[in-house]
Order: sequence, then C-alpha cells, then structure tokens
Amino acid sequence: MKPQDLTGLAVRNLREAMLRNALTTLGVAVGVASLVAMLSLGVGLQQLASKRLSQSGLFDTILVTPKNNFRMGRPQREVASENTPPRPLDEDARHEMEKLPNVLEVYPQIRFYTEVRFDNKPYSTVVAGMPESSQNSGAFDGMQGHFFTTSTADEAILQIEFAKDLSTNPPSLIGQDLILRYAERQALPAPASDSSGDGGDKSGGFSVVPKELHLKIIGIVETEPAAGYGGVGNARLLIPLATASTLRAAQVNDLREIVRGSNANKTVYGSLSVRAKKPSQVEALEASIKNLGFNAFSLLDASKSLRTFFSVFDLLLGIFGSLALAVATLGIVNTLVMAILERRREIGVLKALGAADSDVQQLFFVEAGVMGVLGGIFGVGFGWMLGRAISFGTNVYLQRQNLNPIELSSVPWWLVILALIFAVVVSLLAGLYPASRAAKLNPVDALRYE
Amino acid sequence: MPETRPAVQLEHISRHYQMGETYVRAVDDVSFSVAPGEYLALLGSSGSGKSTLLNLMAGLDRPTSGSILANGRNLAELCPLELARYRRDTIGMIFQSFNLLPRMTLEENIELPLRLAEVERSERPGRVREALDRVRLTHRIGHRPAELSGGEQQRVAIARALVNRPKILLADEPTGNLDSATGETILALLRELQAHLGMTIVMVTHERPLAERFADRLATMGDGKLLSLANSTQGAMQ
Repeated sequence: MKPQDLTGLAVRNLREAMLRNALTTLGVAVGVASLVAMLSLGVGLQQLASKRLSQSGLFDTILVTPKNNFRMGRPQREVASENTPPRPLDEDARHEMEKLPNVLEVYPQIRFYTEVRFDNKPYSTVVAGMPESSQNSGAFDGMQGHFFTTSTADEAILQIEFAKDLSTNPPSLIGQDLILRYAERQALPAPASDSSGDGGDKSGGFSVVPKELHLKIIGIVETEPAAGYGGVGNARLLIPLATASTLRAAQVNDLREIVRGSNANKTVYGSLSVRAKKPSQVEALEASIKNLGFNAFSLLDASKSLRTFFSVFDLLLGIFGSLALAVATLGIVNTLVMAILERRREIGVLKALGAADSDVQQLFFVEAGVMGVLGGIFGVGFGWMLGRAISFGTNVYLQRQNLNPIELSSVPWWLVILALIFAVVVSLLAGLYPASRAAKLNPVDALRYE
Repeated sequence: MPETRPAVQLEHISRHYQMGETYVRAVDDVSFSVAPGEYLALLGSSGSGKSTLLNLMAGLDRPTSGSILANGRNLAELCPLELARYRRDTIGMIFQSFNLLPRMTLEENIELPLRLAEVERSERPGRVREALDRVRLTHRIGHRPAELSGGEQQRVAIARALVNRPKILLADEPTGNLDSATGETILALLRELQAHLGMTIVMVTHERPLAERFADRLATMGDGKLLSLANSTQGAMQ
C-alpha cells in the first residue's frame, strides 16, 4: 500500500475508536510532558547556573600572577628548577597577553584599603576597580541607581552593607558625594650612590602621600561582583577601573616590588585577570600565559565538574520523566491489542482482498506512530506549559521572599525534537508486538471470527 | 487464440488438520479443473469441505498435499507475499455475510482493493463508479453498509470483488444471508457479470435448485471428497 493510503487508513481507524485512542494518545502526551517538563527544569537550572557562573567570570577568567620564589610560605618547585628570574607583571606583560589569541580582555586587579569620609565621619573599607565588562556580570542586575556613566568617571557604587553603614536609608545616598582618602605612591629619584650600576632603570623607591578624591554615589548593589577571583578582601566601594588605576594607590604588592628592585615609576600589578572569549578556550590560553613566564590559574576543573554534574542530573530527571512514558507505552500496546481483537474480521477481509502480512503490520505500526506523533506534539506543549507553571510558581515564591525572579525552565529546540523522536520511537516499539500479531493472523480464522 | 489452460486446476488436493484429539480430513484427495469463463457451483452439506476447498482456491489456506494450479502457478508453492498478490490481482471474493467494513462508505469499501493494488488515486473514482454501475448502486455511493438492505450489501460486495477486474470470482454462500427472491437476484447478477466480463466463477452453495439454475457445472462434495461433477443442464442452457 502507498504510504499516503496507509496513513489515511490508519488515521481513519484511529478516528473510529476516537475516545479510546484519544485517551491512549493523552497517555503518551502526559508521558512526553513529564519528560519535557523534567528536562526543561534540568536544562533551565543548568543554563541558570552556567549563565551566572560565566557572567561572574569564574569559568572564562584566568588569574595571572608573577612567578614568585615563595608562595603560601612554601618554595615553588617549578621556579626553583627553572632557575629563571621572575618577570614583573607590568604594562608590557599586559599588552603581550592582550595580543594572545582568543583573549577578550586583560585587566588588573586593583584593590586597596582606604578610608572613606561621609558626613564628616570616617569609614574603613576596601575599594575595587571594576572593568567595564563587569556591567554584564549579572551582579549589577536589579541594582539601585545605575552603572558608571564613563570608564573614567569619579563615581562610586556602594555595596548594600556598606551603604547601610553610611545611612539608615541607603537609597537616599544616591546622588550624594563622599571623600575617598587613599595613599598615593610617588616615585623617588634614584640615589647617586647606587652601586648596582644599572640604576638607569631603577628608582630610589617611592613615598606614600595621602590624597583625597571626591566621588559621587550613583548606585547601590546587593552583592559584590566577583569579576573573576583572586581579589583581596571584600570590596565594599566600587569605582571604575580606569579611575582606580590613575589614582596610583599603594597596593599590597608594592613593598615586594620595591625590594625586588622594580622601577617605582612603572606600574607593576599584583595580578591580572585574562578573560577568554569562551570557557572552552581557557585551557589553551592558560598554557600560552604560562609560556610567557607567569603563573596562571583557572577554575577549569570546576567547570568540567559542573558540566558532569548537570549531565548526571539531566539523566536522572530524564529517567524519572521517562517512567510516565513507559506507562504510556503499555497503554498503546493495550489499545492496539484490543483493536486487533475488535478488528479481527476486518484484518481477515483485508487479507482476502489481497493485503500482504506486511500491509497489515504497517497499518498497525502507522497507527502506533500516529498516536506517538500526536502524543509527542501535545506532550511537548503540555511539558512546556508545565515548566512555565513551575517557573511561575517558583517566581511568585521568590518575589514573596524579596528575591529576584529566575528563568527556571527552558525548552530548547533540541529538546522538542528529541521528545518528538522519543515519543514516536517508543510508540513504534509499543506497536511492534500488536502489529506483528495482527500480521500473523490466519485469514481463514479471522474471517470466521464473529 | 482462446485460452485453453484451465482457470483453476486441482490435483489430489487434501487439507487435513488436527482439532483437539480429532484428525479432520476437511478436503481429501480432490481433483478437478475449472475452465476459463466457467460458472461452477460447489454443493454439499455443512462440513462437507466446500468452503475449505474455496479457501484453498483463494490462496487463503494451503493444502496439506496436492497442487492447485492457477494462472499457471502452483499456489501450494507460493510464498505468503506471492499468495497475497495472487488474491489481490487474480481473485475476487464475496462472502455469505458480505464482510463490508461498516465504518466505511460504499465508495471507500470498493476503493479498498484499489488501494491495496496501489492503483493511481486519479484512476480510482472512475473504477469505483464503474463497479457500482455494474451492480446498479451508483446512487448509494456515499452511504454506509448499515444503511443498505442485505441484497444491496451483497451487490456492494460484488462491486468490491470486481473493482480490480479479477479473472476468477469466488463466492462463499453468497445467498446464505438473503431471502430467496433476493438470493435469486444476486445469482442472476453474477451470471450477467460472468457473461459480460468473461470471468470464471466458483460458488459455494447448499441450494441445489439455485445452483442448477445458474451454474454451468455442479461439483458435489461430501466428507471432504468430491462425490460428483456434472453439467447443469439449466445453467448451461442460459
């Protein structure tokens, strides 16, 4: 029989026992819906976690530090064996890293202790320079006020706890000024009696001069943006990175660098953050940076572990979701076996009229397939709605807890196609036994059946 | 040149089977042939083996021994698919209980063999109308079998059997569910179609008078054996 005739006949047969077949199809739909809803939650959670973590820069950022002879109080074996002088992490190194392939940006970690004067009262805190890219880190989503107007603006964003220290009504701080008191590093000329003989590239150290900067408070943020990792202390006052670097504020590594004999006129960073364009490029980039003569550290293993965790999580959700579909397949088997009993005589007539065993088999197969396709389509729809409903319920709860809403479920196109294919394949498998049983019916017995 | 080869030739056909502890010889060493264009009636009481013999000729069942030559091929040696093709292309069947599919309209019922034969869709409506014309039921084309009388349903079954233009029409007690007047009409129609289309007809019946009137030859069965094979003087004269 031609495929269109076969399908037409199958659909016609299904329409005749409308209620029973509709209920069986509904069973498949519920099975697929449960599968889609479960996996959509798994995918949604994975996307949520990946988005947050990739925005935070944890998985696409490499922390670069100079090779020290000592780290955490223990000698570094690799440096000891190489016996090469450590390279300073300066502007030259920064430009070199910027030129490496797949590098999105390179920025220094500028954090320093400071005193803030507000309303004539002193407050001690840590200031951090935020790169422009941190605006997309997600930490500034839902902030009060706005992000820095320019990359060199004299503006400050306060962390909420710090803002609460400054005022009992934090939102009222926006638009007000505060004074940042910090230690500026000023290079001293090299002493004439320098006996090293290479004094041309070295200064005579630096002096620390107290300075003040007036900053306008433009926003309040809930949590501190991580902007990678490796920062010192929790920064509670955020200023643009370019503004922070022009301050030439004394850093924790300054003393080490001056002892090491670096030029105090040159900016030497304690650490640099290198962001790759994609998390998958981090491994190669990390190796390239190590080849330049620096220490490089990334959370690559953590990223891999996260992916493994979600794969297992999705698999478990998929298995639980599939249970309902497995029950639905029993419904298909039952419906088709019932149909064989009811249509026994009809099968006999078809065979008497010239239908081959394969025609009868295909007819029942197509009937199972049509139930699978329809069940799959409705199931994907139901599953999507179920996911939305769970997402909606969760967000209502989150909003009651004064938390930001999240996108809990996600139905990507591959899940739709996968669910449809799965529904059809499972239905066809369920149709295998009834179809083969129908095909094997003896036509003489079938025609005699009342 | 007229075809001289028999339409169906049965040679020492037997069909035995086990039913519980009883060994049944439903058909036992039967041999005869049916000429092309002949109208043969298979007579006999219930259980005489006539329906079993008809099923063997239809390729719905296989003989335990012997051969059935139809279209020059031995049905006993055909594979299931070839037997299905034989039923589809060479045979038309009508039954005592009509066996129309109740959910389908007359048009769909008659179209069914055309679907199985993969006849082009564009050709099918014409063929269906032609078949319905022959049984004079064109005006009921959109009706369902339940809306028709027994006689009309049997005429539809005949139209369905004819639509693939078979060479052999096999009828299993076609008047069994009809009153005598309607039964006569059906047999007259079969005779008329046979005359027009030159088909071979083998009809199972237990109504000897009707068989005498319409068939060319009468084969009488008893206990699975062929008891007699004789010309029907009345049928042959028509």
